[in-house]
Amino acid sequence: MGRYVIRRLLQMIPVFIGATLLIFLMVNVMGDPIAGLCGDRACDPATAAQLEKEFGLDKPVWQQYLIYMGNLFTGDFGTAFNGQPVTELMANAFPVTIRLTIVAILFEIVIGISLGVLTGLRRGRPIDTTVLVLTLVVLSIPTFVTGLLIQLLLGVKWGWIKPAVSTDAPFDELIVPGLVLASVSLAYVTRLTRTSIAENKRADYVRTAVAKGLPRRRVITRHLLRNSLIPVVTFIGADIGALMGGAIATERIFNIHGVGYQLYQGIVRQNTQTVVGFVTVLVLVFLLANLLVDLLYAVLDPRIRYA
Amino acid sequence: MRGATHAKWAALATAVALAATACGGGDDSGGGGGADGIVSSSWGDPQNPLEPANTNEVQGGKVLSMIFRGLKQYDPKTGEAKDMLAEKIETTDSMNFTITVKDGWTFSNGEKVTAKSFVDAWNYGAHLKNNQKNAAFFGQIEGYDKVHPEKGEPTAETMSGLKVTGPQTFTVKLTQKFSTWPITLGYAAFSPLPQAFFTDHAAWLSKPVGNGPYTVDSYSKGSQMALKRWDGYPGTDKAQNGGITLKVYTDNNTAYTDLTAGNLDLVDDVPASQLKNVEADLGDRYINVPAGIIQTLSFPFYDPAWNKPGQEKLRQGLSRAINREQITDTIFQKTRTPAVDWTSPVLGEKGGFKDVCGDFCKYDAAEAKKLVAEGGGIPGGTMTISYNADTGSHKEWVDAVCNSINNALGNNRACVGNPIGTFADFRSQVSTQKMKGPFRAGWQMDYPLIQNFLQPLYYTNASSNDGKYTNPEFDKLVNQANAEADTAKAVETFQQAEGIVRDDMGAIPLWYQNGSAGYSERVSNVTLNPFSVPVYDQIKVN
Repeated sequence: MGRYVIRRLLQMIPVFIGATLLIFLMVNVMGDPIAGLCGDRACDPATAAQLEKEFGLDKPVWQQYLIYMGNLFTGDFGTAFNGQPVTELMANAFPVTIRLTIVAILFEIVIGISLGVLTGLRRGRPIDTTVLVLTLVVLSIPTFVTGLLIQLLLGVKWGWIKPAVSTDAPFDELIVPGLVLASVSLAYVTRLTRTSIAENKRADYVRTAVAKGLPRRRVITRHLLRNSLIPVVTFIGADIGALMGGAIATERIFNIHGVGYQLYQGIVRQNTQTVVGFVTVLVLVFLLANLLVDLLYAVLDPRIRYA
Repeated sequence: MRGATHAKWAALATAVALAATACGGGDDSGGGGGADGIVSSSWGDPQNPLEPANTNEVQGGKVLSMIFRGLKQYDPKTGEAKDMLAEKIETTDSMNFTITVKDGWTFSNGEKVTAKSFVDAWNYGAHLKNNQKNAAFFGQIEGYDKVHPEKGEPTAETMSGLKVTGPQTFTVKLTQKFSTWPITLGYAAFSPLPQAFFTDHAAWLSKPVGNGPYTVDSYSKGSQMALKRWDGYPGTDKAQNGGITLKVYTDNNTAYTDLTAGNLDLVDDVPASQLKNVEADLGDRYINVPAGIIQTLSFPFYDPAWNKPGQEKLRQGLSRAINREQITDTIFQKTRTPAVDWTSPVLGEKGGFKDVCGDFCKYDAAEAKKLVAEGGGIPGGTMTISYNADTGSHKEWVDAVCNSINNALGNNRACVGNPIGTFADFRSQVSTQKMKGPFRAGWQMDYPLIQNFLQPLYYTNASSNDGKYTNPEFDKLVNQANAEADTAKAVETFQQAEGIVRDDMGAIPLWYQNGSAGYSERVSNVTLNPFSVPVYDQIKVN
């Protein structure tokens, strides 16, 4: 197990380097970022040259990349165009997005898995059909439509929530945005759990457990659910990274100053340091989440433990 | 693995508990009403560090307009430059100015505003090593080329044209005659700076200190700035409210939604998608007034295909092929006003606004077709109009302009839009002369002067002359106008120069942009100044 973890960690290094290099190249292809800094008028050439020097943009891209990576190992993520260190932006943005992601994942786990178990055990019954239709509806509507609609109804028409999340973004204000962010994944989790449960319901070990005379509750939670969760855990694990990076639409709609917002700003202002810095961290989150999923397999199914 | 499973549920339970305890807090609506009421307003994250000479966009400009007062202040209604901190500005030759700063003004940290506060600030703004994006505003002062050379290292620390002659007086020497120069001094880049700015720059940036009617109470970058009324403010334009809270919104649609839900008092940028509903939503709490912003189509005069003799007829024809009325009505819901000259209505008749364009700005398909043919036709048979696709929803109107041209010329291939991915890329292509056809251009005035609409844009090799338009006759008239001591005569000469841009059709004027704002029932007396920035200090909380 220890060797397995170390091997996985070592594999992350080339993935990390490759991913950052790709992002670096992509941001650089977009053109001259300094030109956009002065608005609809041209920067005077001397100031532009001075700024390029300060942000290291006067060097060839490969040199910029090497310098950037070198700085990265000393914890220096560079400076955004507004003079703020990128680490400061991260310190503001990541806690907010992590809170949002936690809310979303909780919804996925609690509602998604419960509905999945419920429908999986009652396949073909009216409740199953209803949930299936509902998830289909959720899956077919894009997040930003759901978000705007919910914002309009709950925030403006009925006044149940504030349409915009405040600066501190506490958990209670993130419940509705979290639900919106989770909606599509939630539907997937429901469907995945349902199929998995329905499949395993007829498995030998479930029959054995029932035959042993175990209480129904214990059969379901201990035997049936634990084995059925493997595909679901895979999905949720991969979803952590996707939710954090993909929250751009949700964060924009609900005025959440998180990672999605900073990334969007970085891209619009073509701020290499911001974009590369944030994406680098997101790549790490993805990799770690995947590692975590693989380790969780072992928890759920001892047969995989020493693979 | 029993333990691990327990740990998982424990974590889950903690998270739920955390979510539950976070409930029921966070109500931050303003502290009471009346003279101490706090106004909340939408804001965008400033693009550059907040320094007077480094702020060239409207979001940072809003803050500067609240925490700084300069030598001059533009009247929020008429745009006229009135003395603020200037006791008097004297000159005999339009080149050497003696400025006396009023006594009794201080910065909000108690430091006195002296002549030195101005001279130090201007020298800082001009110096190359400080990377100030508005450095060019000091370009007329003698010695600017030493502190801000076009190439190489600066050879001086301060500009030789600036001299402190007394505690409250200083002299300015310009490199050439510029009679209306004092009017430019209301621009934020010319604000005075306290010594604290120079001694602890980082601390100043995290909490700027100025001499305006407001002080910064707290500033969390990227999300919110709380400004409080400064009770020690000596000026006549004291704040009528207790303070302004500027909230950064990720999207102006969200700000608008928050306004309609009653959580926000002021939105100074009504999103285009809401213009249809805004009158129904807000009624007379919706403001829509012309601002000092003009949109034009510029031409690549550096491209030989677009710089042949006789092509002014082609450009005039294209101008006549654009149905401005229809586009401003249908696409912009009347938040743009069809242009009749190359300046802006905010200048007023006295300031030089006049229907200079005449028939050239009126839609006439037959005439357009004739003129384009006389001008040799569109180079290559097809032209593109370039714009950036990321912000500002330019696609709609560019497509409409092309449609209008195609219809007028009876040729479906005459004009197509050419989207460019990002604003930065668009600007970099524009400023490195890579445009192959007309491109969108926007100009927001720095100060309400006809000079500001013409010289930076059409003077040979001027800073924002992106199309490289040049006409010696125009340059001569501009120089003449700048040297003219009598303002009325100077304006007249500028209008003559504008006539030359018209005859050459150096750029096609499209429309003037309006400032649009909406406010809640909680506040009143909300107006926009000619720069389309709300006049915050006059807002009253009911």
